[in-house]
Amino acid sequence: MDFTFSEDQLLFQESVRDFLVNEITPDKIRQLWETDSGRSDELWQQLAELGLTGLTVPEDFGGLGMNELDFVLLAQEAGYVALSEPLVNSVLVATPLLSECGNSAIAEQWLPKIASGEARAVVGLAVNKLVEDAHCADLLLLEKDGAIYAVEAANASLRANESVDPGRKLFAVDFDPATAVCLADGDIAQALINKALNRGALGVAAQSLGLAQRMIDLSVQYTSERKQFGVAIGSFQAVKHHMANIAYKLEYAKTPVYRAAYDIANDTPRAELSVSHAKLAACEVADLAAKNSIQVHGAMGYTWEVDLHIFMKRAWAFNSSYGTAGFHKNRVAAALLADNAALGAGATF
Amino acid sequence: MKLEYTAEHQAFREEVRSWLKANVPAEPLKSFDTEEGFQQHREWEAKLYEGRWGMITWPEEMGGRGADLLQWLIFEEEYYAASAPLRVNQNGIFLLGPTLMEYGTEEQKKRFLNGMATGKDIWCQGWSEPNAGSDMAAIRSRADLSEDGSHYIINGQKTWSTRAVWADWCFGMFRTDPESERHRGLTFILVPLDSEGITVRPIPQLDGLPGFAEIFFDNVKVPVDCRLGGEGEGWSVAMATAGFERGLMLRSPARFQETAKRLVELYKANQETADEDPSIREAVLRAYMDAEAYCLTTYQTACRLMQGGKIGAEASTNKIFWSELDQQMHATALKILETRGELLPESPDAGDVGRWLDGWLFAQSGPIYAGTNEIQRNIIAERMLGMPRK
Repeated sequence: MDFTFSEDQLLFQESVRDFLVNEITPDKIRQLWETDSGRSDELWQQLAELGLTGLTVPEDFGGLGMNELDFVLLAQEAGYVALSEPLVNSVLVATPLLSECGNSAIAEQWLPKIASGEARAVVGLAVNKLVEDAHCADLLLLEKDGAIYAVEAANASLRANESVDPGRKLFAVDFDPATAVCLADGDIAQALINKALNRGALGVAAQSLGLAQRMIDLSVQYTSERKQFGVAIGSFQAVKHHMANIAYKLEYAKTPVYRAAYDIANDTPRAELSVSHAKLAACEVADLAAKNSIQVHGAMGYTWEVDLHIFMKRAWAFNSSYGTAGFHKNRVAAALLADNAALGAGATF
Repeated sequence: MKLEYTAEHQAFREEVRSWLKANVPAEPLKSFDTEEGFQQHREWEAKLYEGRWGMITWPEEMGGRGADLLQWLIFEEEYYAASAPLRVNQNGIFLLGPTLMEYGTEEQKKRFLNGMATGKDIWCQGWSEPNAGSDMAAIRSRADLSEDGSHYIINGQKTWSTRAVWADWCFGMFRTDPESERHRGLTFILVPLDSEGITVRPIPQLDGLPGFAEIFFDNVKVPVDCRLGGEGEGWSVAMATAGFERGLMLRSPARFQETAKRLVELYKANQETADEDPSIREAVLRAYMDAEAYCLTTYQTACRLMQGGKIGAEASTNKIFWSELDQQMHATALKILETRGELLPESPDAGDVGRWLDGWLFAQSGPIYAGTNEIQRNIIAERMLGMPRK
């Protein structure tokens, strides 16, 4: 039994955090908002050079051959800077789907390019209705009528939607199955779709932890500087307690997320339950962070100029991404209310 | 990361389980807030000690097993799953014992630890005073050193002293320097409750039982060898007592996971009526997930400590989390029980539901004792987040 990350995993997290915090500044984010694609090829190449785009690509295809547990802390850091490049979905959802779909020709064709940063793949699951970052993808892996298709960008028609979060790019995607490769259908497709959904939910959960931490940090900084009645407003208990409520709940959302990453990486039978718990807990704390942070920022929090909304809006968007709260609660309920449910002391591991 | 028990851990679990199966009283003991129940629980402690299960994290020469924190968590899981009796000497073995091992003289360890472990000496705490609750540094009860330096003379009043009514000893903080203020000038002293000049006045709790008491000190003489740590160093000794590992021992996740399990079972047995209020299902799911999260975080902390990691603000985050979880679970159970929820356990029509009401009453104390949750939130904001004190 060891519920800690390895030295290597923690060092990797540290170096990725340093890179992201320096590169993905709020100013940079605002600059990207003003561009057509909202994405940066240069940044994507930098992420590739760090090994991130190929993190879960098998070593034979030029990747690092790492797993979800190796990535979860990095996804948390991606959330901390509200990274908009499709890294988390690429590493956690698209790459494993390509690796596991059973079509070795497609895998061989695309995985090396994904690892090197030459190509981007995105996944469109029915649960999300719209497809994130379809505009910058070279390959789209799309769920349609219970099957999964690999669709090259040229064969997909996109209809752009604007999100409340200017960093999120969402598309309705249409394609003719005759121009696509069917990767799986029937039960096999269902199993792949379910795994993709779990991995996507894990990515959202991990990023939500980072978002919550960022909103705490911004709020602590703001309330330590802003003075009213002659003192920093952060010295008032009402303000402190808003922040403490996020901070303590965040501690109890982290471990479910790490456990979910472990369960997915090790393909344990409880993975589905773990993921749903993680998604619920992490999105709830990010939601609370948004609510309490705008409150302690006062009118400043309601403005476009103050950076809080970059992170707040991402948290709002994540609430229903990769399964609504209702969807995940139903999964938890099904597991708990089953006749043979393992409950109580000693049943956790 | 490896979230599996080793074969040794599994074997240890089996050993605990089979001992408890053979020894846990078939008939639940009476509440230790009654005289008869207190005695029953004292005997149970003696039995645990005989089996060397009294305090497994203690060194073997003190009657323990030198167990690590993971073994402790496993022990607790089996203990709660077996519905074994609550620990009447928890103040001694969980709080004072480890503090004595750290700050006590060899003579003091020899003198006190064994009685604590066997249940011969039951300890209560003497922190709060009528005007020193959340503001513990406002303690005014005095301990004046006698002219010949052989003993302290204690005067003052302690309150909210849990299990003081039938306890044998009290440990607490007293002001030894009358000129001192706040955290300075306080000294940690162990006081025999049968000393001349002590009056214990029981205070009935919400359930009507005398679970705690006021202790009055009127020129109580206590030999100086009952001082723990140096004179004037009481605050730092006390802070060690309140430290996290002790907190972990007091409120291990097993307790809340067992409550969550009973809640899920209660919900399943009454689902049709319970679902008339859609918030109940939601609360049941939350109870399970939160109890699980508390367990996960505790394991994470235990593993980190075993690898030489340091404790952060966990004591405060834990305290808020489990106390609010405990309230939430019991509130949900009472809703499911509908009109039966108000019945006292001994009522003829209560069945076994009265346990929920008992738990609900007790859960009211969680957010208050050991530092109110408001104080814990201040600590989190100031020490964990670095928000301004003033």
